[in-house]
Amino acid sequence: MGKKKKIIELDSVVIKFAGDSGDGMQLTGTQFSDSSAIIGNDLSTFPDYTSEIRAPEGTIAGVSGFQVHFGNKSIQTPGDQADVLVAMNPAALKSNMKWLKHGATILIDIDCFDEKNYNKAGYTSDPLEDGSLDEYHIIKAPITTLTRTTVAEYNIDVQTADKMRNQFVIGLLFWLFNREISTGENYLVEKFGKNPELLKANISVIQAGFNYAENIEAISTTYLVNPAVKKKGLYRNITGNIATAWGFLAAAEKAKKELFLGSYPITPASEILHELAHMKNLGAVTFQAEDEIAGICSAIGASYAGKLAITTTSGPGLALKGEGIGLAVMTELPIVIVDVQRGGPSTGLPTKTEQSDLMQALYGRSGESPCVVIAASSPANCFDYAFTASKIAIEHMTPVILLTDGYIANGSELWPIPDISKYHEIKAPHVKNNDPDYKPYKRDDKKLSRYWALPGQEGLRHRVGGLEKANITGEVSHDPLNHELMVKTRAEKVQRVANYIPEQEITGNKNGDLLVIGWGGTFGALNTAIEELQKEGKNISLCHINYINPLPKNLKEVFSRFKKRIVCELNMGQMANYLRSQYPEFEYSQYNKIQGLPFMIKELKNKFNEILKEI
Amino acid sequence: MIMDSPVQVLTVADFTLDAQVKWCPGCGGHAILSSIKKALPETSDDPDKVVFISGIGCSSRFPYYIKTYGFHSLHGRATAIASGVKIANPELQVWIVTGDGDSMAIGGNHFIHILRRNLDVNILLFNNKIYGLTKGQYSPTTPLGGVTKTSPEGTIEQPFIPGELAMGAQATFFARVPDNDPGMMKEVFVKAAKHKGTSLVEIYQNCVIFSNQIHAEVTGKEVRHDHQIYLEHGKPMLFGKNKEKGLIVRGTRLEVVEIGKNGVRLEDILVHNSTASDPTVQFMLTRMSLPEYPMAMGVIRSVEAPVYEEMLEKQVAQTSQKSKIHSVTELLHSGNTFLVE
Repeated sequence: MGKKKKIIELDSVVIKFAGDSGDGMQLTGTQFSDSSAIIGNDLSTFPDYTSEIRAPEGTIAGVSGFQVHFGNKSIQTPGDQADVLVAMNPAALKSNMKWLKHGATILIDIDCFDEKNYNKAGYTSDPLEDGSLDEYHIIKAPITTLTRTTVAEYNIDVQTADKMRNQFVIGLLFWLFNREISTGENYLVEKFGKNPELLKANISVIQAGFNYAENIEAISTTYLVNPAVKKKGLYRNITGNIATAWGFLAAAEKAKKELFLGSYPITPASEILHELAHMKNLGAVTFQAEDEIAGICSAIGASYAGKLAITTTSGPGLALKGEGIGLAVMTELPIVIVDVQRGGPSTGLPTKTEQSDLMQALYGRSGESPCVVIAASSPANCFDYAFTASKIAIEHMTPVILLTDGYIANGSELWPIPDISKYHEIKAPHVKNNDPDYKPYKRDDKKLSRYWALPGQEGLRHRVGGLEKANITGEVSHDPLNHELMVKTRAEKVQRVANYIPEQEITGNKNGDLLVIGWGGTFGALNTAIEELQKEGKNISLCHINYINPLPKNLKEVFSRFKKRIVCELNMGQMANYLRSQYPEFEYSQYNKIQGLPFMIKELKNKFNEILKEI
Repeated sequence: MIMDSPVQVLTVADFTLDAQVKWCPGCGGHAILSSIKKALPETSDDPDKVVFISGIGCSSRFPYYIKTYGFHSLHGRATAIASGVKIANPELQVWIVTGDGDSMAIGGNHFIHILRRNLDVNILLFNNKIYGLTKGQYSPTTPLGGVTKTSPEGTIEQPFIPGELAMGAQATFFARVPDNDPGMMKEVFVKAAKHKGTSLVEIYQNCVIFSNQIHAEVTGKEVRHDHQIYLEHGKPMLFGKNKEKGLIVRGTRLEVVEIGKNGVRLEDILVHNSTASDPTVQFMLTRMSLPEYPMAMGVIRSVEAPVYEEMLEKQVAQTSQKSKIHSVTELLHSGNTFLVE
């Protein structure tokens, strides 16, 4: 018989799953997140990969993690620090100690806490004995032994059995958080449905973990996180990279075009390529190019021939694509370049997040080479910004750079599934066959965009290219005044996009003491910090920028209504400097972090409080 | 007999653009352009379906001189851009115009990859063994020891043999032509266009300014009968003014022989097989060089192989048929979703 449950209700909980990169922590984390979604929690997740695929087992370098933050309220970040740590070995424990709240619960597989593994993790004394864990609540479960015992009745080898240890963890956590086992099963059915033996074994391990938790003294209290009050409707859990891929598919559908992705694999952008490679059923074609340059060039070719053309990359790849973007600027062909930013320069921190490609996106090309730059700000809204980037590219005949980052690309959140029928049509400025008035650089009066005549169309034969062209006719031209006119026209075309984007919105009062300015993937942390301060009665608002070039038309006016402005970003101040160049009449203070890590809510609040005191 | 719907026959005029050709007088480009314009009416019945895509360099000005769709792109990248064009619209007849610097140096990577993918496009490689537009630096095909602006004491780099590189990259079609033989050029260009897969035609092109007469040893009127061998599928490999010389295989090498000498008969001469998928002999032919051998001209290799965009279209069709998801709305509702009531 199980013991009587003592249940404590909590608003939100952060769990960090950590183990060897082969321990299946990403899977476990996703499985737990899904069960949270099923019971109606709001949630946000973040995986913590290693750069190596399988670094030596048991070492700090080999630790892979997955953090999930779920709650009965709006959850906007994966959480600063964890309430619960699952540590499958000593290295996982050691590397995650600094990310734990005081008094956190730590679940360890005691079977793996031996001298050999302590040595691999670099422990000089036994952390379970030396007092270093005194302030935490430790659950020592013989996970390996009990998992092996549970599956002994199945025809399963030890290696496979050990891979199921994570299901024991799931069972245990389900008991700890008062969940039905059935909410974890769907995930397994999808994964192992074709192998009934393996499916049964996995489910029996969940059950074993659940029963174990019910029976041990170490767990005297269980927790309940009630459903969040959310709008009615259908939700799904989505990462930024998948949302980006799907946003392009939606844009292709609305533009009645097929999607072409020319891309070269690069962390952390590759999932977009993976995802779209599986979408041939929706007419999407992916071309895995021989390098980043061929990635964008094939996309330019596809755009020239009339497709919705995309290329995806990260910082180092964007550098290689600069030449191609310049050609797209010159030929005024629509193309979207996605830069999933990571720590730089050079190879830098491939698996860590940063916002340090802003200047490269804005200016990293030869000549006067303006293009539209926009940034997504949460995993789910990557869908909308991928859609919008495509819409702007096609309707304004311009390259658009869409900035996301490793944090929102790999992170996930619950997303109310949108009604695609409500999205605007994307109207490509095509030319009718045999149009006698067609000229390659004749333009739309309002947008200044040229028209899109496709090779193969009857009676529109013309030539485009990287050489400067004469206004309207498109003949090669080295005329000085024509060049100046064309440079200014291309710049003006991009600036006029401001007439077609939404005005800047702010969270909080429209005027006040302190305006926090952010952009891109830091939205969740900034918004949470500001909402908390607002609740405390502070006069602080958030202006989070998604449209970077051109900036929203009302931005200057927004800035003018606050006593102070602080620009917060994960770089040395690139947005701050950009704003100084655009609106030099204002002073901007900065808060920067360049650690490959997202902002923590705590550190933001401390900083803002400091400034508010001075006002 | 009166045909119901007469096929409209195109002429050179249909591809002639009213534009000033800005190559130097005497440049090989003029003859190549003229031969292409003669070949196109035989390869296409619709100029609107023809695209010329070029990189950067003298040769790459080509699209400005021909009345088709045209894209003058980036240095070395024409092959990559053309790949996107062809995948996006397989109905187009795509020609890539490139030079030895454009395709062998800065575009070397894209060059080998388009060949191994075997998209159905045609590459015209103007090989003048020099950088012309940047005014006379050595290129990856400049002969070892060649004195240029950037190699005052002679180059110290082994040159690429484009055909050898192409076959290493599994090219399905390789031909070589001299720029002073319009008849041969036209015939080979037509064959290149009709080949399904990536066709590479290396054109020995003369640059009158920076590498004048670079190919004279091969293309000169006095020497060409002895220094060129025009290869035709199914025909014996003969050359010389009176076709008195030929090629045989001795051991593992090709050898030049004279018919009638040392008991050599016409039947002993190798018969050219451009369609053999094993490229061994074609490779040896490609590598032949003076003074031991004549230079191989004509279609050296032309083999059937799966074409990239066709395989892709097949996958798209099959996947679409198998999948239950045919709209973004269906996609958004697939897999794990959570209903909040």
